[in-house]
Amino acid sequence: MQREYKPDTTIPFWRDERILKILGQIIFALSVLFVGMLIYQNMKAGLAKQGISLSYSFLKGVSGFDIAETSFAYDRNSTYWQAFLIGLLNTLSVSVVGILFATILGVILGVARLSTNFIINRLASFYLELIRNLSLLVFLIFWYLGVFLKLPRVKDAILWPGDIILTNRGVGIPWGIPTASFPTFRLILLGGLILTVVVFFALRAYSQRTGRAPLTLLWSLLTFVVVALVGWFILPEKPLTLDLAFVKGLNLSGGKILTPEFMALTSGLVLYTAAFIGEVVRAGIQSVSKGQVEASRALGLNGFQTLRLIVFPQALRVIIPPLTSQYLNLVKNSSLAISVAYPDVFYVANTIQNQTGRAVEMISLVMLTYLLISLLTSALMNWYNQRIKLVER
Amino acid sequence: MAINEPVLPPITERSNILSWMRKNLFGSWYDALLTILGAWIVYWALSGLLRWVFVTAEWEVIVVNMRLLMIGQYPLEQAWRLWLWLGLLVFLSGNSLAIWARQSKYAVLLLLAPALLSLFQVGAGQRGWLIGLTVTGLVGWGIGRIKPEVLKRSVIAGWVISLPVIILLTRGLSESETSFMPEVRTNLWGGLLLTFLLTVVGIMFSFPIGVLLALGRRSELPIIRWFSVGYIELVRGVPLISILFMAQLMLPLFLPDGWTVDRVIRAMVGITLFSAAYLAENVRGGLQAIPKGQFEAAEALGLSGAQTMIFIILPQALRLIIPILVGQFIGVFKDTSLVAIVGLLDLVGIARTVLAQPAFLGLQREVYVFISLIFWVLSYGMSYLSQRLEERLGVGIR
Repeated sequence: MQREYKPDTTIPFWRDERILKILGQIIFALSVLFVGMLIYQNMKAGLAKQGISLSYSFLKGVSGFDIAETSFAYDRNSTYWQAFLIGLLNTLSVSVVGILFATILGVILGVARLSTNFIINRLASFYLELIRNLSLLVFLIFWYLGVFLKLPRVKDAILWPGDIILTNRGVGIPWGIPTASFPTFRLILLGGLILTVVVFFALRAYSQRTGRAPLTLLWSLLTFVVVALVGWFILPEKPLTLDLAFVKGLNLSGGKILTPEFMALTSGLVLYTAAFIGEVVRAGIQSVSKGQVEASRALGLNGFQTLRLIVFPQALRVIIPPLTSQYLNLVKNSSLAISVAYPDVFYVANTIQNQTGRAVEMISLVMLTYLLISLLTSALMNWYNQRIKLVER
Repeated sequence: MAINEPVLPPITERSNILSWMRKNLFGSWYDALLTILGAWIVYWALSGLLRWVFVTAEWEVIVVNMRLLMIGQYPLEQAWRLWLWLGLLVFLSGNSLAIWARQSKYAVLLLLAPALLSLFQVGAGQRGWLIGLTVTGLVGWGIGRIKPEVLKRSVIAGWVISLPVIILLTRGLSESETSFMPEVRTNLWGGLLLTFLLTVVGIMFSFPIGVLLALGRRSELPIIRWFSVGYIELVRGVPLISILFMAQLMLPLFLPDGWTVDRVIRAMVGITLFSAAYLAENVRGGLQAIPKGQFEAAEALGLSGAQTMIFIILPQALRLIIPILVGQFIGVFKDTSLVAIVGLLDLVGIARTVLAQPAFLGLQREVYVFISLIFWVLSYGMSYLSQRLEERLGVGIR
């Protein structure tokens, strides 16, 4: 029989670590709450003094201002909320275009940094050093005021091959105009997309069953291209007609006119972010040890196979997380659009806030928007990262 | 075998200029193509740039507005106060170079930079001050050379008190106009001076907050951890410019009635809060790299939690992340330019004032290239120094 052990002294609660920890946290939480309450009370009192109460209902009011670049019908009789949505869509379009081109340029830069060619190698590292130590804001303003607004007037526009017109009113590029058969073509494209997905999964299943490694991505993409081409040629009327930009009086017309603001913002963001993406790509490729390449050559894989099956999958694992943060940086940096007067979400929100005096509501709305974009992107990237990461014991 | 006789590589591997070119420039046909392309890019960029810098560009706008770009509207008769703290900084730099960069023969050349700047078109008064700076730096270097071990502590103390001294000298002592150092209100601060102060204050204040947040994120107490995670992710998820706007527009609302904060301080608060979140993530990276054994050993030695952190973990963790920290400080320096958007007259904001002068309309390229040059030289200098520091401290080498 074991005698029940009874300590004759218990630890007083003010020296019991477990209780102290809980107590400390409660005090911390209470003080955070207290400060929060204080801020909230002050804010309410301050706003009441100005005769405003916190509410988002003003978003239904008529905006009364114009926006230069709109992706859906909008005029000064539309509501603030619609103006905000226009801004959001502009932010997204800049981000998508920026990410696309920054990735392409970044990969080229990263590979160039690893080139054995002396000049190419040095050029790429010079570019990196140049960009990395510049302020993005100054860079963007320079592109806007120093380059795109300094282009010649429409009268003496610069013509580039490929029917590109450069003027200080914008850059005109050829663009397709949908015709009557475009809706049908869109349906065909959708069908092509479904077929592509089917082919992709079929090939992957085949690869997993047999152990062979077909060029899954290539064949899937090829399927899509073939469907699109067939659709393009069997339709009685071409779904898109090519529309060239041309000079009309004192303005540009036809095609697609990219405003100086858009051009300055995207080119600045692309050139800036590409330098950082280049570093990410270089580090990723360098992280694959030389032995891997040598081993794969010893196994008889050729250069392309080595790249596709050995180097690339391993480099991707290192590249994805920092690449995500570069993409997010680009999205967040696109808020500097305000310095080149491009109507992105931040610029529009600032205009609304100047008109209505609703600083708290607009800033919180903008922050929430960016936060949502950031969280969604990182969730997506984390999911992808989980899938490709090294499976260990 | 004679040791001093150089061992030559086999004749096939000896490099001369031709074989070097063959290997590095014309290895194969596409290599040659790339070389030609690269050479063309270099020629095109360089010739265009040189022609612009020396022929087209009108640099007069910079020369005339040098004072605005450097110190903004800061009253000229009070400028000696700025020179004074600049002198203090240069003196301390001279001391530090002599103490911590003894081996480097060329470090002392850094101190000649102000004197070199005086060769440009500057006023006679400024030239005197610039040469004075170099002399001060050299004196500091000489003193440091003589008694490096004795001075170490006082130099560190000097760096620590330099920030309050700088702020005090810039701001002035009393409000009356006639006194020895009348107050210069922050709305007169501008140009590089404002950029510098915003950067220094942002770095100094975000550092302790960032370290605390990093510790909080790794804490085992759930409420503190959630708070830290929430703060860090919230701030990292939004652009800096939105935080600066929040600081400008909402901070006055948050404070009780009657309290006012001037615009420069609001911007400083915004920058500090923003950079603290990023710093916290960097510090967390350093903390994660410290093996568990260090904690256990410290505990075994009877150190308390706080002691373990301060004496064992943080010194090692911070040493590991010096390059990352410097990178972040450079980021803060570059990001301070965003205060121009909320209407402060920092280096970028003052450019608008300069370009609005009727005599200098349309000279955007010159002004913004000059500003970029300042940003580039200072950022590059910081990153270069950090690389040297890294070598000295042997980060990554044990």
